Amino acid sequence: MIEIVETGPFNTVQDLGRPGYRDIGVSASGAMDPLAVRIGNILVGNDENAAAIEVQTFPLSLRFERRIVFAVTGADGNPHLDGTELISWCAYIAEPGQVLELKQPPRLARSYISVGGGLDIPVVMGSRSTSLRGSFGGNSGRSLAKGDRIAIGEDAEIVMLPAPGLAVVAPAVALRKVFPAPVDGALPIRALPAGEHDLFAGDGEAFWRQTWRISSRSDRTGYRLSGEPIKPTASVEMRSHGVVPGVIQVPPGGEPIVQMSDANTAGGYPKIAGVIECDLWRLGQARIGARLRFVRSTHSEARAVEQAVARYVDDVRQTSRMVKRALKAMK
Amino acid sequence: MIATTSRDASQREIVPATRSRARVSSIGARAFLLEAPGDFDLIAQRRIWALSQTVNGWADLAENIPGMTNLLLIFKETPEDPDAVVARLLEAWENARSIDLKGKTIEIPVYYGGEYATDLPALCDRSRLSDHEVVRIHHEATYRVFALGSAPGFGYLHGLDPRIYMPRKPVPSLKMPKGCVTIGGMQTGVAMLTGPNGWNSIGFAALEMFDPTSPSPAMMAPGDTVRFLPARIEL
Repeated sequence: MIEIVETGPFNTVQDLGRPGYRDIGVSASGAMDPLAVRIGNILVGNDENAAAIEVQTFPLSLRFERRIVFAVTGADGNPHLDGTELISWCAYIAEPGQVLELKQPPRLARSYISVGGGLDIPVVMGSRSTSLRGSFGGNSGRSLAKGDRIAIGEDAEIVMLPAPGLAVVAPAVALRKVFPAPVDGALPIRALPAGEHDLFAGDGEAFWRQTWRISSRSDRTGYRLSGEPIKPTASVEMRSHGVVPGVIQVPPGGEPIVQMSDANTAGGYPKIAGVIECDLWRLGQARIGARLRFVRSTHSEARAVEQAVARYVDDVRQTSRMVKRALKAMK
Repeated sequence: MIATTSRDASQREIVPATRSRARVSSIGARAFLLEAPGDFDLIAQRRIWALSQTVNGWADLAENIPGMTNLLLIFKETPEDPDAVVARLLEAWENARSIDLKGKTIEIPVYYGGEYATDLPALCDRSRLSDHEVVRIHHEATYRVFALGSAPGFGYLHGLDPRIYMPRKPVPSLKMPKGCVTIGGMQTGVAMLTGPNGWNSIGFAALEMFDPTSPSPAMMAPGDTVRFLPARIEL
C-alpha cells in the first residue's frame, strides 16, 4: 500500500489510456506525458502500461508502507525521500514508512510516480486510467485525496538496483535532435493542416506565424490558447464527427483549443490543424502561461519522430534489462 | 462546407465538392476523416455504417468512429504514404453499399416540461408552436441512433421533425443536469453527464444508459430505434 499524505486537487491515476471506446463516446484518457510513464515503468521493471500517479498540482507526498522500487519521471525538479534529494528519471528502493515528496517543478508541468508492480487498481474497459468526466476508472473515478490508500501489485522480482539507483538519460536530452528546443521562449509544436484549414484563408497563415499562450482555462481535456483571434471566411455548420487528442479546433471567438488526453470523442468546431502524436507529450509538459508556436509538419516527419522515440524506448528497455541481469549474476 | 479530395492530387489539396464525391481530411498524422457528400439523412448514414464494417477488417487500423454522415479512422501508426490511404478510403466509400443495422428498440420515459425544460419557451417562440405541440411532435416521432460520441453512451438521434429544429445556444448552459432531453440543431438526445451543454432542454429522462462495468457499457448502438414515451407532461 501507499498512503497519500498531501496532495493538490487534480492528481490522478493514469496509464497509457483507454483507446477503443471512442465509438461509444468514451475518451481515451491516459497520461498527458505517456513517454514519461513508459520510461518510469521500464525503470521499475513493469509492463509499460502499468498505472502510475500523475502529479500536476504540487506538492504531493506519499508514504510507502512496504519495501518498494519507485521512480519519478516527467517533470524537471527532483523528488525528496525522507528529506533527501534524489534525481528524476532514476529508480530507487524505498523502505517501509519512508515519505516521498514532490515539489513544484521549476519549468515543466507533470511528474509521474511509478512503483514496482504498478498500482493495483481494477481495470475498467481495458484501462486503469481515471476518467474524471465519466467518474470511473483509476482511484474510484476521482482525483487523489489526502488519506487515500492505494494497493500495489505484486513485484515479481524486486528489481536489482545498484546502491545509488539506476538512471536513464531523460528523453528531452536523449532526443534533443528530434525535439527542437524553444525559440525565443516559444516551444515549437509540429502539426498538420486539418479539414477546415483553407477556410481561414489569411488567418490560417497567421495561425502558423504567431506565438500562442496557454491560457489559465486549460486542463487535461484541452488547452485554450490566447493570441490574435483567427476567423474563418465563412461560418460553417459542421456535422458532429470523431476527434482525437491533438486536434486544434477554432470556436467562434477565434482562439484555438487543442484537445488533450481527456479529449472529447466528438466535435463540430472547424479544425485548423492537428498536432502530431509524438509532440503531444511536450504539450502535456507545457504549463499555463507557456508560449508555443505551431510548425507545419508532414506525415513523413511524424513517422521519423515516432521511429526515433521507439528506438530510444527500446534502448532504455534493453539496457536496463542488461544492467539488472548483470547485477543479478554478480550476487 | 463539403469538398472532395482528388485521388491524384496531394492529400492536402482540397478541391470543391461534387455531389457524389466524399471528402477526406486528416487530424494529425494517424487519423483521417471521411465526410459523405450530400444530405444529412439515413441514406448517407447507412453507407457510413457499411464503410465502418468494411474498414473493420483492415489490419493497419486501430479504431474507427462513425459520426453524423462521416467516419473517423485512426491507424495504428502513421502511414508511410498518406495519399495511398486516402485513395484506399475513397475506393472503399465508392464500393460501400447501404446496409441497415438491425438495431433494437429502446423506449425512454420522459418527463416533459417542468424544471428541466429550461429551453422550451425559447423553442416555442422560435417555432411559433405551443408547448403542448412541441412536446407532442417530439414524442410522436421515431428516431434512429446514427452514432455515439461526445460523452459516454451519448447517442446522436436522427429523425427530429423540422418544425422543432433549434440551433445550439451561443452560450452553453454551464451545468445542464444529466438526463436532460435535448435538441441541438436537427438532432435530439439525452444528456449523459452533468456539465456544460449547448443543446436545448425540453424534459428529463431518468433511465441509466451507460454502465462502465457492464460488458456492453452503452445501452444505445448505431442503428437502434428510439421512442420517447411521455411519462408526465407538466406545462
